[in-house]
Amino acid sequence: MSPVGGLTWTVYDADKMTQAETYGLVLSELGKMNPKIVGLSADLAKSTKIGKFGEKFPERFFNLGIAEQNMFGVAAGLAKVGLLPFVSTFSVFASMRAVEFLRTDVCYQNLNVKIIATHGGTSFGSAGTTHHSIEDLSIIRAIPNIQLIVPADAVETALAVQACVEVEGPVYIRIGRSFEPRVYQTDQYGFQIGKAVEMKSGTDVTVIACGAVVYHAVEAANILEREDGISVRVINMHTIKPIDREAILKALMETRRIVTFEDHNVIGGLGSAVSEVIAESGKACAFTKVGIPDQFTPHGYPEDLMHYYKIDTDGIVEKVRELLGKEFEKEEDWEDEY
Amino acid sequence: MPLTEQEHKELKTIAKKIRKDIVDVTHWSGGSHIGGSLSMVDFMVVLYWKYMRIDPKNPSWEDRDRLVLSKGHGGVGHAVILANRGYFDFELLKEFNQFGSAFGMHLDSKKATGVEASTGSMGHGLSQALGMALGARVLKKDWKIYAVLGDGECNEGSIWESAMAANHYKTSNLIGFLDRNHMMIDGPTESVMSLEPIDKKWEAFGWYTQVINGHDMVQICDAIDKALTHNGGPSMIICDTIKGKGVDFMENNPAWHYGGLNAEQAEKAKLSIDKMYPDVP
Repeated sequence: MSPVGGLTWTVYDADKMTQAETYGLVLSELGKMNPKIVGLSADLAKSTKIGKFGEKFPERFFNLGIAEQNMFGVAAGLAKVGLLPFVSTFSVFASMRAVEFLRTDVCYQNLNVKIIATHGGTSFGSAGTTHHSIEDLSIIRAIPNIQLIVPADAVETALAVQACVEVEGPVYIRIGRSFEPRVYQTDQYGFQIGKAVEMKSGTDVTVIACGAVVYHAVEAANILEREDGISVRVINMHTIKPIDREAILKALMETRRIVTFEDHNVIGGLGSAVSEVIAESGKACAFTKVGIPDQFTPHGYPEDLMHYYKIDTDGIVEKVRELLGKEFEKEEDWEDEY
Repeated sequence: MPLTEQEHKELKTIAKKIRKDIVDVTHWSGGSHIGGSLSMVDFMVVLYWKYMRIDPKNPSWEDRDRLVLSKGHGGVGHAVILANRGYFDFELLKEFNQFGSAFGMHLDSKKATGVEASTGSMGHGLSQALGMALGARVLKKDWKIYAVLGDGECNEGSIWESAMAANHYKTSNLIGFLDRNHMMIDGPTESVMSLEPIDKKWEAFGWYTQVINGHDMVQICDAIDKALTHNGGPSMIICDTIKGKGVDFMENNPAWHYGGLNAEQAEKAKLSIDKMYPDVP
C-alpha cells in the first residue's frame, strides 16, 4: 500500500487512528518540510492533537490558553508576516466563540490560516449540547473567502490537510472526535478540494453525505441494493464550499432523487448547499435533507445520536426508502395549488 | 532618542497640519470619527516621523516596523497621517467614504497602502499585533510592533486575552499606546464602564506601564525610549489625551465621537486649531 501523499505512513495506519490523531501526525510531517508552519491552540493541544506538532516544534507552537478570540487574532498577525498558521480547537468554539475574529481578522483579510476544527457535529456526544457543533457548517459557509471541508475518514483527513497547504487563503477542516470507520482502501482516489467523490454508482437515487456519515451511506447503499434491488449512487461531498455543482446536477439529471445526510442542523449545512444548486437548476427533483431537525441535541454516545437522527446505516436505509415513495409533482399537477 | 528643539518644532508643525487635514477630510467625507482621530495625532506623529523604521515608498518592506490601529475607528486620522508620511496621494482622500474609494471609516489593509491590519471591530488589533510580534520571534526579526488602543476598547474581553498572552510570551517587541481620551460613544468612560485604575490593570497583567501626557511630545519620546529598552515583556504607554484635541467646540465633547462638518464648521474648526497652536507654523 502506498504511503499517503508521500508521508511516512500508510492508509493501514488510518485504521488505528482517529481523524485528529492522523491530523497531528500529518501536520508534524508537514512541519518538517515547511518551516513557515506554526501551530496554535487554546488549551486543547492534546485533545485536537495539534500538540503532536507542538512537541516536535516547540518554538513554532503557541498555546494561547482558553482564549479563542485572541488565538484567531494572533493567527491573523502571524499570517500577516508570512507564516502559515494552523489553528486547532473544537469546532463549536472555532465557529462560534471566536467567529468574528475568524471572519474579520482572517477571512476579510483573506489570510493564509488553516483551521482544523475537531469534535465536529455530535461526535463529542457525551459532552452534551455545549460541545455539540451543529451550526458550524452553516456559519462558516456564510463567510466569504473561506473554503470548508468535512473529510470522511482519517485517510481523507490526511489528504485534506496536505491539500489545504497548497491553496492560498483560509481553509476550515471539520473533523470528528472519535474513531471513524475507514471509508477508503487507498489514498489514490484523486482527492481534490471542491471535487466530490462518487463512492458508488447508481441510477435510482443519489445519497449525498459528508464526514463520518459517508461510511454509513455506503453501507446503507449496499443494503438497499441487496434487499430492495435499488441502485443507489453515493456521493462523498467532502467540500461543502466551494460545492461541486457539477456532481449535484449530474445526480439530479441521472437519478432525479436526492437525499442528503449530515451530522449538522438541516439548516445551512450540506443539505442546504445541495438544495440551493437544485433550486437554481430549475429541474424538478424529489429531495430530502436529513440531519438534526433544528433542535438542540441531547447527551449521548455518538453512535446513539447518529441512530436517533437517522444518519447511521439503519437511518439512511429508512430515509431512502421513504424518499423512493415520494414523487415530485409534474407541472401539469400544479394548477390546483394556486 | 530625546527630541531636539528642531525636531520638536518640525513635528509640531506636522501635527498641526494633520489636524487641519483631518478636518478637511471630515468635511469631504460627510462624517468621520473626528474626536478620537484628533486625540491620537501627537503620539502618532512622533511614531511615524521619528521612531518607526519604515519606507513609505516600499510599504511591504519585510524589515519594517509595524503599527496596528486597534482603535480602528481612528481610520480618518490614520489615513491622513499615512498620506502626509508619503504612502499615497492626499488627494485620494477627497473620495473618503465613497463607493469605490480605497479609504473609508475603518481602513481596509488590502486597499489602503500602509495599513497593517483591517480593524474597526473593537478588541481585534492587539491580538493581531501580538501575532506579528510572535511572528518576529519565529522569523528571528528585530521588528518593533506598535498597537494603538482606544480606552473604551479596553472594555472588550479580548483585549485582556491578548494582554495576558503578550505577558506570557514576554513580547518585548510589542509596544502599546492607549489613547486615554476619557470618552466613548455614550459618554465619559467612567460613567459608561469604569476603567480606572487602568494603569494598575495593565501593570497587573504584566505590562511595563507608563502614564504620560499624550499631547506632550517630549514626554512621548521619553516614554518610547524607555519602552524600547525594556526587555522584560510588553510595554503600555497610557497617553492621557483630550478627545477632539485642537478644536475648541469638539474638545471633551462625546458628541464629536463621530460627526460631519459643513464648509462653515470646517473653517471654524481650522481657525480654532490656529488659535490653539499660535506659535506653530
